[in-house]
Amino acid sequence: MPESIEERVLRVISSSRRIPRAAVLPECTLDELGIDSLDRVNILFDLESEFNIDIDGEEAKKATKVSEIVEAMKQLVEESVKASPEH
Amino acid sequence: MNRVVVTGIGVISALGLNQNEFWQALQQGCCGIRPIESLDVSQLRFHNGAEVRGYNPENTFPPDVLPLMERFTHLALVAADQALAQAAVQWTPQLREKAAIITGSCVGGQAAQEAGYWNLFHEGQTRVHPLTIPLSMSNAAASHISMRFGVRGPAFTISTACSSSAHAIGHAFWMVRSGKVPLAIAGGSEAPFVFGVLKAWESLRVISKDTCRPFSADRSGTVLGEGAAMLVLEPRDLSLARGACPLAEIVGFGMSADAGHITNPSADGAALAMRSALEDSGLAAEQIGYINAHGTGTIENDKTETRAIRTVFGTHADRLAVSSTKSMHGHALGAAGALEAAATIFALRDGILPPTANFTSPDPACDLDVIPNHRRKLSVEACLSNSFAFGGLNAVLAFKTADTL
Repeated sequence: MPESIEERVLRVISSSRRIPRAAVLPECTLDELGIDSLDRVNILFDLESEFNIDIDGEEAKKATKVSEIVEAMKQLVEESVKASPEH
Repeated sequence: MNRVVVTGIGVISALGLNQNEFWQALQQGCCGIRPIESLDVSQLRFHNGAEVRGYNPENTFPPDVLPLMERFTHLALVAADQALAQAAVQWTPQLREKAAIITGSCVGGQAAQEAGYWNLFHEGQTRVHPLTIPLSMSNAAASHISMRFGVRGPAFTISTACSSSAHAIGHAFWMVRSGKVPLAIAGGSEAPFVFGVLKAWESLRVISKDTCRPFSADRSGTVLGEGAAMLVLEPRDLSLARGACPLAEIVGFGMSADAGHITNPSADGAALAMRSALEDSGLAAEQIGYINAHGTGTIENDKTETRAIRTVFGTHADRLAVSSTKSMHGHALGAAGALEAAATIFALRDGILPPTANFTSPDPACDLDVIPNHRRKLSVEACLSNSFAFGGLNAVLAFKTADTL
């Protein structure tokens, strides 16, 4: 079974911030995980690579919980699939 | 110890090609932030910058010299020319042998490096141009100033990101004050409008997509700028004896390191640098009437700087005026401290405080008198100019009205 978007996001956060995968849960706040503003832009950069999408906009910087990042990524991936020529 | 005065200033920036255009624009609250024209920005998330317009290097430098210099070096030379002309320095062999040149630059000549790497990594070439190093090295500006004017004393470059040129001016001040050098040319230059550099800034997500509005509740980041400013520093007594007209006295320099985070600013570090500058100057906090803030327009900087100012000045923070001229000349990185030192000196000289342009609505976390949008006619006794760099390296300069009696 392919990895879900949520699983991919959690994996990227874990590897980008170098924290154990098991510690990264959707309900965690970024503060709880010790993610500061520089970590946040690193994670956005890694998520762009992971999903091959462009994460623009100010909203991306404002997420306070892992679940918000997961939801935002689901939406962006959906938009990107709709926008692809094969769709 | 010598008292030290500024006898000449040269400025080239998005606000014009000389100090008069710069100061007129600052007073009027004119914003030099416009759509970037010098390169294709269609692949960038931000499209605005504070570029120098109307400057033609071919009209300024001879064709044999031009290929030896990157844009940040041109700009430094233009500013140094203007500063030395205003100071009307009377060069002697002894003065040339002892005078100092201290420049600041954060990114140096990145265009030359980028072109070389493009050829190497993308075009399949096996070599880069032999001038890549002499063009791109951050000390090139100091070297070319020394060659142009035959100045042979201490010359070096400081690269402390956004504090570079404030550190440069501060060290020059100390060298003149101690009597080690009889004159110093100090300042900084920057030309960051290079695709790779802009992409790197884009990744940090600190660049506004529209404009720079420091201290406003809806501020959305900083805007990059380019330019140069150079100051001529001399012992006050010697300058008066030769009939020079000091623009202001430089009285203090403070430095600190946050020892905190590589990008997040610290109020403690900023406060320490301001306290250190005050201590160095012998001024009481109550004598400061205006602070030219670092004021980048990022959420973090402006609230942290506000906290730092309140920590240092206590209740006097409600009586002093603070503005960020980055709202007009953009954030010129390694040149920022020098451009802002120039703005601070003109404010002291003319009794006119430049505004924070593009101001919309107040942020409770930035509850200072930020001179929103319109200049203020107010003579003040002394001023600070703040520079706080990525990496937590802080530099603060203190200036006082020139006392020519």
